[in-house]
Amino acid sequence: MEDSRSGNSSQRQKNTLIQVSDLSFAYTGEDGNPIPVLSHVNLTVREGEYIVILGHNGSGKSTLAKLLNLVVDDYTYAEGHIYMSGLGEEMRDILSEDMTEEDVLKLRRQVGMVFQNPDNQLVATIVEEDVAFGPENLGVPQAELRKRVDEALATVGMTEYAGHEPHRLSGGQKQRVAIAGIIAMKPRCMIFDESTAMLDPLGRREVIGTMEKLNREEGITVLSITHYMDEAARADRVVVLSDGEIILDGTPGEVFAEGEVLRKAGLDLPQCTAAAQYLQNRGVRLEGSLNDPESCAEAILKAWNMRNTNTQPGVR
Amino acid sequence: MVNISLGQYYPGQSVLHRMDPRAKVLASIIYIVASFLCKNFFSFVLLFASAILLILVSRIPLRIVMRSIRALIFIMAFTAVLNIFWVTDTTAEPLIHWHFITVYTKGLYHALFILVRIVAMIIGTSLFLTYTTSPIALTDALEQLLHPLALLHVPVHTFAMMMTIALRFIPTIMDETDKIMSAQKARGADFTSGSLVQRAKALIPVIVPLFASAFRRADELATAMECRCYHGGEGRTRLRILKYHARDFLVLFALLVLIALLVTINILGARFGWLYTM
Repeated sequence: MEDSRSGNSSQRQKNTLIQVSDLSFAYTGEDGNPIPVLSHVNLTVREGEYIVILGHNGSGKSTLAKLLNLVVDDYTYAEGHIYMSGLGEEMRDILSEDMTEEDVLKLRRQVGMVFQNPDNQLVATIVEEDVAFGPENLGVPQAELRKRVDEALATVGMTEYAGHEPHRLSGGQKQRVAIAGIIAMKPRCMIFDESTAMLDPLGRREVIGTMEKLNREEGITVLSITHYMDEAARADRVVVLSDGEIILDGTPGEVFAEGEVLRKAGLDLPQCTAAAQYLQNRGVRLEGSLNDPESCAEAILKAWNMRNTNTQPGVR
Repeated sequence: MVNISLGQYYPGQSVLHRMDPRAKVLASIIYIVASFLCKNFFSFVLLFASAILLILVSRIPLRIVMRSIRALIFIMAFTAVLNIFWVTDTTAEPLIHWHFITVYTKGLYHALFILVRIVAMIIGTSLFLTYTTSPIALTDALEQLLHPLALLHVPVHTFAMMMTIALRFIPTIMDETDKIMSAQKARGADFTSGSLVQRAKALIPVIVPLFASAFRRADELATAMECRCYHGGEGRTRLRILKYHARDFLVLFALLVLIALLVTINILGARFGWLYTM
């Protein structure tokens, strides 16, 4: 627990929710040999954080997410520990042998997962019944069930579609229904495994907006796995995975400052940040956060005005 | 987006639409039993009248109902013809006697009776079930009606879940079939000409990717369901709870009255030797 105190001062002593410690993982290949996916990963997730996990295809980010929910098929080559709070003891290692089936259900209730393809995670033929699927499995009584479904649909702004058939909705709407299905289980943490990757720009905006709302208004810890850099710019913290190792972990500003490291990991800076850094390298002094287009524009404008005042006749 | 309606569900707000699906399953069984209880001319008249009444109550256009009758027209014609030529009546003179063909009046009536019985059965089941009950409501009803079988270790919940998922994925997979076919057409595939064998062969490049993707979907869906704490039917609650209403009992009662009437007519018919008993 001391870890949570020593962290970023802006974290206001938040409790540790998940602590991944020295986690290594490998799949069993077809020839029986292990194919390493994660090696010695250490990661602490505090309650209420909005973390983006970045990584190129095959960097192990999805595997990490699946391990947090215990939905990988084969644990032969799983080493290390994943400590989770809220499962009885102070911090429980979910990879340990003594996890009962009940514990696993408890874990999955508190850590909800939203996947990439919205079509493949909706179960029922009517939106509200799909949202009810999770709580139904948990045995939530009927009156409470109704309330949870209505609240969850309101949170994602899909109330008017409660009676619709999922296959008639747009991708972004389907994904919001999938999110509502998780919210209805009242999780403490939600993992989005490339949940915006298959959506058009509009759908992506809808889903990211919902994710931020959940984090800010509902206080749900969000772990978003993506390879879109502009999504990372809005997070509290960015973790970069490359070849199964965490190579960067910090605020978006800190991470984006390491342009070269990112490029080696197969990732590009957000275009605006790249442009701003180019200007900086050419001697333009830019101040403030350079993570999103607005603040970049602001910084450039400021520099431009400065230059104008500096180049007044007689000043030089 | 493919616009398909599953089954023949015809949305509406009639009493039959609003009945509890479980009551409708029971009602259609009772109605089939009733159609088999008919024994003489008057009971068939009553059966026919009840079928007409059902159509009126359901407010489903006649042409829609005719569609399902038309589907079975061949079987109906076949059984009718069989009855006309096969039925013999030792107490009456044949109507037509030509070589080996003999037709009795009784045979004509029997053919008519069979037609009425089949039509009534089609109308009964389609109006109670397929036209007025959505597939998902039907699945719900069957799950609950068959629930007692779970005591005999019949996996009722599992079957119902499979049905639900199938219903959920039919439109998705139809969409995908469309996409794959377009993709293959764009690469020069031809699905519409050639012999039957050639056309069947042309479908292989559609079916293979479709299966591959269906398995991938199944795998992802299973993971997603696990993540949503699915662990079988045990301890599961339901959002939508089916409830019997007064109208359900009323309709079931009306059907029992129908059966009572049919039985009475049969008894009277047998005693007084009414027209053409079967």
